[in-house]
Amino acid sequence: MTPDILAALTEARAAKRPVVLATQLPGGAQLLLPNPDAAPDLAAAAAHALDQDETGTVKLSDGDWFLHVHNPPMRLIVVGAVHIAQALVPMAAQIGLSVIVVDPRRSFASDDRFPNTTIVTEWPDDALDALAPDARSAIVTLTHDPKLDDPALDRALKSQAFYIGALGGRKTHGGRLKRLRALGHDEAALARIRGPVGLNIEAITAPEIALSIIAEIVAVRRRSPLARREPAAQAAA
Amino acid sequence: MTYAEAEDILSVAAQWRADGEQVAVATVTETWGSSPRPAGSRLAITASGKMAGSVSGGCIEGAVADAAQMTMTTGAPQLLDFGVTNERAWEVGLACGGRVKVFVEKLA
Repeated sequence: MTPDILAALTEARAAKRPVVLATQLPGGAQLLLPNPDAAPDLAAAAAHALDQDETGTVKLSDGDWFLHVHNPPMRLIVVGAVHIAQALVPMAAQIGLSVIVVDPRRSFASDDRFPNTTIVTEWPDDALDALAPDARSAIVTLTHDPKLDDPALDRALKSQAFYIGALGGRKTHGGRLKRLRALGHDEAALARIRGPVGLNIEAITAPEIALSIIAEIVAVRRRSPLARREPAAQAAA
Repeated sequence: MTYAEAEDILSVAAQWRADGEQVAVATVTETWGSSPRPAGSRLAITASGKMAGSVSGGCIEGAVADAAQMTMTTGAPQLLDFGVTNERAWEVGLACGGRVKVFVEKLA
């Protein structure tokens, strides 16, 4: 790898710009894409790899190319700086998620409780508007308080977030769905909310619940059959 | 590969290089069957023997590190193929029965 390529790759990662490092095999010629100088078939293959978030080797007209996708880390937005969040944040970091904790209650959202964590103390709807969650974002609400959870879920449903989870038992979740329906969300939208949150591993303690949430995020991301659920809206009807 | 893990290895390698070490980076480019690390997984190696990251569950790292020393000396990249049909795999023992290709390059 040349110093130029390494510098460009480092710069792209720092700027959270998605790029593909293409290496011709076995010779080792390298190119960082998107790149106006790239051959059309290489450019198309790199765009596809980025879109699919899939690193691998492809056969092109001039031989094999290894396309190494460098996407910015996926994000986890945790609404509610509660006890479960304290267990969830380090686990999320362990699996490579970039974590943001949202809670306007400063006694909860303190640096003491969440060392080295990005904390946003705006109201959840304002916070989510600013964070602009995309298809590489997961959102989990943990406050158990409708006036904090509801605006966060409203914004989550208007986003392309790949995972939306809400803490709370079936009864709580039923009431929540009713309120979100009143805000104009249809059944298909409401079915995106995973509530009760997490894989059903009979979790009880805060770290166990955090583990079940992390497990479900991985299951959704890796398209595991374990990620399938009865539509939540149906279950609550 | 989106998880921060693989990318951190490159940061470690870049730091070692900036510190004046000779550095090679090995990257999994293709896998077949059961193999513990996906394409894009990286192992950084220095001439002085430091290692960070992984390209397998540990079974081929030694052989990859040997190849990396050669690449650091010659500057020429290598594409290594470890699998059940490969003699070298028997030597180093790819116990999982899978097959991986690993590209080894020098950090210039």
